Amino acid sequence: MKPAKFDYVQAETLDEALATLRAEGEGARIIAGGQSLLPMLNMRLARPAVLVDIMRIATLAEATATNETLRIGAAVRQAALQARPNLHPLLAAALPWVGHAQTRSRGTLCGSVAHADPSAEIPLVLLALQGEILLRSARRTRRVAAAEFFTGMMQTARHEDEMIEAISIPQPRVGEGYAFREVGRRHGDFAIVACAAVAHAGGVRLAIGGVADHPAARDLPADSAHWPEALDAFAHALEARDDLHATATYRRQLVRKLGRQVMQEAAACRA
Amino acid sequence: MPRLSATQRHSIRFTLNGAPVQGEAEPRMLLSDFLRHVLGATGTHVGCEHGVCGACTVQIDVSPARACLTLAVQVQGCDIRTVEGLAPAPGRLSILQEAFRRHHALQCGFCTAGILMSLDAFLRAQPNADEAALRDLLSGHLCRCTGYTPIIAAALDAAVRLRDTAHA
Repeated sequence: MKPAKFDYVQAETLDEALATLRAEGEGARIIAGGQSLLPMLNMRLARPAVLVDIMRIATLAEATATNETLRIGAAVRQAALQARPNLHPLLAAALPWVGHAQTRSRGTLCGSVAHADPSAEIPLVLLALQGEILLRSARRTRRVAAAEFFTGMMQTARHEDEMIEAISIPQPRVGEGYAFREVGRRHGDFAIVACAAVAHAGGVRLAIGGVADHPAARDLPADSAHWPEALDAFAHALEARDDLHATATYRRQLVRKLGRQVMQEAAACRA
Repeated sequence: MPRLSATQRHSIRFTLNGAPVQGEAEPRMLLSDFLRHVLGATGTHVGCEHGVCGACTVQIDVSPARACLTLAVQVQGCDIRTVEGLAPAPGRLSILQEAFRRHHALQCGFCTAGILMSLDAFLRAQPNADEAALRDLLSGHLCRCTGYTPIIAAALDAAVRLRDTAHA
């Protein structure tokens, strides 16, 4: 339960971090808060040759809001964002479910997105809100929609020489309502099923985590008469599997029931 | 751009319970091991080593955090507090520690150091914390002896006494 050996680079600037990624290739890993990476290192599920620490790069520690978007830099810790006034209501609802207070104090939002655990709350919220991931390498910068970023169990569209510089979510819009719920064995455990809903005039967008190998979202009609059928189809499409924590049948049932609850809640709080 | 070699030990300095400390560690050394094996501060306990049990919780720059999910090199220059720093003087206990003793909030004591560090930080940040908030905080700790009830009782009692002390 101790990490294997690695070199450690304390990057002072973004360019230094990107140069190291370019030079080292797949042997390098970015470390921010380390709350997902350290368990992987301790259990030797990850054995990078070099860790690049980005937490002293001041520009990455900023969360900046415009009228349209909130841009959250790679070094912004979950606890710091949670304390921010006027935070997006869906993020505010989901953040208390991310790990525990003792891990949110160090963990970053972008780190959770990079780790891409299928039951993680931050990737789920990013997908529900149709946010974007800002990827940067020494050669170029690109923006990837959340729907294209999460490709599988801890798999993402990030290339080996890229790092997440920031994530960006749209600001709350008038006429939208939001809700988040999850079910786990105990608070702070990995979600068995997590649901995030965005209700708007044209319908409800529902995102589900913890069932498929990455978070998935669907746009459902506004008329709740169609929800049972649509939720049932969504539940089956996620191809739930039995595991130690829950059966596939139980997960499908949670998608139907919890999904309906968050959709109702989101529709009820449309501003 | 400092690059620390995997196979060498590097000087690490931070503040531990108000006093400057220094030691040497490879980049892969966890803060929990650095505290215990390099500095000899064995009050911080090591349980699961993957962030689940909470036994190794310390305060890094005022916030409770897992020492087993932190590399020693990451806390260069930080302010670290551990259970050794809670007592106001030798032979005396803090208000929170006193409450733990009064309410029998520990039995084997393995989880206690971590829980104390979480509660110490939390009660300072939220002096009026209610039972629900305390239970939420304690979800980050595993205790297999007490059933948590006496821990909650101790924390609520300590919260009252800390508020009284602050107003005195």
